[in-house]
Parts: sequence; structure tokens; C-alpha cells
Amino acid sequence: MGGFFKSSIGRKVAMALSAFFLMFFLLQHLAINMLSVFSPDAFNEVSHFMGTNPLVQFALQPVLIFAVVFHFIMGFILELKNKKANGVSYARNNGAANSSWASRNMIYSGLVVLAFIVLHFIDFWIPEINTKYIVGDMSGLHDGEFRYFHELVEKFHSPVRVGAYVVAFILLGLHLAHGFTSAFQSVGSTAGRKKTLQTIGKAYSIIVPLGFIIIALYHHLNPHH
Amino acid sequence: MNLTLKIWRQKDSNAKGQMVDYKVSDISEHMSFLEMMDVLNEQLIAQGEEPVAFDHDCREGICGMCSMYINGEAHGPDRGITTCQLHMRMFKDGDTITIEPFRAAAFPVIKDLVVDRSAFDRIQHAGGYISVNTSGNTQDANATPISKHDADEAMDAATCIGCGACVATCKNSSAMLFVGAKVSQYALLPQGQVEAADRVQNMVAQMDLEGFGNCTNTGACEVECPKGISLDTIARMNRELMKASI
Repeated sequence: MGGFFKSSIGRKVAMALSAFFLMFFLLQHLAINMLSVFSPDAFNEVSHFMGTNPLVQFALQPVLIFAVVFHFIMGFILELKNKKANGVSYARNNGAANSSWASRNMIYSGLVVLAFIVLHFIDFWIPEINTKYIVGDMSGLHDGEFRYFHELVEKFHSPVRVGAYVVAFILLGLHLAHGFTSAFQSVGSTAGRKKTLQTIGKAYSIIVPLGFIIIALYHHLNPHH
Repeated sequence: MNLTLKIWRQKDSNAKGQMVDYKVSDISEHMSFLEMMDVLNEQLIAQGEEPVAFDHDCREGICGMCSMYINGEAHGPDRGITTCQLHMRMFKDGDTITIEPFRAAAFPVIKDLVVDRSAFDRIQHAGGYISVNTSGNTQDANATPISKHDADEAMDAATCIGCGACVATCKNSSAMLFVGAKVSQYALLPQGQVEAADRVQNMVAQMDLEGFGNCTNTGACEVECPKGISLDTIARMNRELMKASI
């Protein structure tokens, strides 16, 4: 088994497994963030739970960070290996004749999403880790109220940040448009090539990024509450 | 019809090649692409120039010898065909046609449009066969029942002619459609299952060793494959390797 993950196919499988985890993570992240549109109180409650639950914080969060870093580094390694396998470039290459733009540009959509994750960490994750584990304030309170909803709304005041988020989510959608079904193929399942999963994949890659875009725009346009 | 051809010329494997323009006239739309190349070469020979070297053999789409990357696509703009089956009626009078060799680090150019595809042979040697005693005591093929479905899928995979269009068209220069087809053709049949684990491990190891890239499931290979080999064969190869590794 040791040699398996060093083989070309083993690397594909590892990429797909980390992708499955990340796609599941995106769903729960969207579900929780959606609460902020419908009920600030519910959003605060769930945020506090996720932010203080030891299982989430010390088991799931490290797995998530590992999955993100792994998916990025392995994607980058594969891209370099593939470039090396190319040899001389074609003078004329008609990629659109046989494959989708999204499938040919996973590295670029992925790099945009990565840049977004850096921005997202600076916006939310680093302040959160600072408050909880450096300052040591695990209460989740600010002036006697839960701080999560206010922190979220405040971040979406800036039209530049909202714009950057929207662009990143569109690229995320393109990444998922190929990635969702591709992951099934990589783990040896032909299900990703059948109508059912193609429809689910298409829906997933539109609904999830669109959901995040709606949340960002909603809070940008309703800054007063 | 009259055409402008932009063709990759390269003296030998060590030379630095370049695109060179040629004009051909009075090309019939009924000609095959290779016949058009023959006309060009007759013309070059008459002018005392070196003809364009290109691979070809059966000229009926079964040997896998002809290659060429025509107007940005392996085997040209038509579907389900090799270059020898491409007809000049696919082009219009006055067209400029770009003709390049199949590109991949594992397919080095030997001369002009001729590339060395022996990496495929070495992958086959690594496991693309079954070990049977054929010294006069072979069994009747019908003595081993095989489901129609499996037989059909194995036969579909076995139609791969090893031309290398999958590698040439892949943005990653991956050979996984080729290896997937070869693995599938045996994995589906009882005769192939005896050595299945060794076969897939050895063939994938050789494929990696040859310097082919990693499949990212763009599906370009399946579209350009003259025999329509399915991406399902790659999924099967992935399953076979996982099974063999556990």
C-alpha cells in the first residue's frame, strides 16, 4: 500500500479524497452561514458551538486545515509534473474542441480560491484564533452580547471585499463544476459519468457558490441590523 | 482546392525544429489527408527538397501508425477516425492547415512528424498480456462462459490501436486512456484475472517511469480517440490498482 500513494493514480485518489472532505465541509459551512440571513440568534448559537466545541476545534479543524493544505500542495505538485510531461508546446492547440474550460484550468481556479482562503483567514480565522487562544476569551461575548453576527456583518461593509468574495466564489463554482464529478472518476467510480451525479454535481457547483454570494451581498446591502 | 500548410520540420531528434509554410494546389476533396501529404512530398522531391517524414502504414485506420496534430487536434478535426481516414472534404479552399507531431516528453520527435512511441511498447511489455501455454493444448474459447456485457466491454477496450492520440491531446500528456484500455481488456475476462494485480501495478509503474503525466479527467482523450475508448476504462484501472494495492 505504501507505494500506492506515490503512483500517479494514488495521487489522483488522494486528491479526490481530500476533495470529498472539502466539498462536505463547504456544505456545512454554507448551511451555518445561511442562518445569518434568517436568524442572527441561531447563527450566534451555532457559531459559538462550532467555535468552542473541543471535537470541532481540535479534531475536525486540524483535519480541515490538513485537507486544504494537502489539496493545494498536491495539486501544485501534479501541475508541475504534468507540465514536465508536456514537452514542446503546440503551435496550435484547440482545447475547446474536446474539453471544458473548467476542466482545463483547475490550477487557475484553484489558485484564485487559495488566494481567497488567505484573505478569508485574515478576515475571520486569525482574529478568531487570537481572541480565543491568545487573548483567552472563550466567552464569545462582546458588550454582553454574542459577537459573531456583528463581526460577520461588519466585514461585509467594504464593497471591495464583497467584490473579491464574489469573484472568488464564481471561480470556486467553476472549480467544482469539474471537480465534483472528477473526484468520483479518480476513486474508480463511473457514477460521476452518469446523468444523476452529473446533475447533482452541476447543482452543487451552482448552489453552493451562489449561496455564499447571496450571503455576502445580503449583508452588504443590509448593513444596519 | 488550394491550401497553405504550416508543417513542423525537424531534421533529427537532436535538431531544433520549426514551423515551415508550404503551398499545395489542385487538392481533390476526395483525397485522404495522407494522400494530400503525398502530393506535397512529390512536389518537394521534384523541387529537390527533403520530403516531410510522417508515420503511416495500413491507411485504413487499424494499425495505429499514423499520427499528426492537425489544426490543434489529434488526428484532425473529425471524430472517431485516424489521420489516414481524415478526408480533405473537411477543409475549404484557401484554408491554412497547421500540422504538428504528437507532443509529449515521453514521445520524442525522431524526424519532422515522426515521433517515438516505443514508451507504449514498454508499458505493454510490463504486463499487457496473459501467460498461457500455447503449445498445442489450448482450450476451446467457448469452453469458458463469459457474460455478453463483459465480453462487449472487453472487446471495446481491445479496439485501442495504441496510436497515442490520447497522450497527444491530453493537457497533462497522460497515457491513462491507453493503459486503462489495456488493463480493462484483460480485467473483464477470466483469463486476465489470474495476473490482474501484477499487471495493473507493473503497467502503471512503467507508465509513471516513462514520464507520462497525471490524468485530471478533462475527457479530451475520449473525444479525440479514433476508437472511442471510454473514460470508464480509466476508472476501472484506478479500481484495479486500488484492489491490487490493498
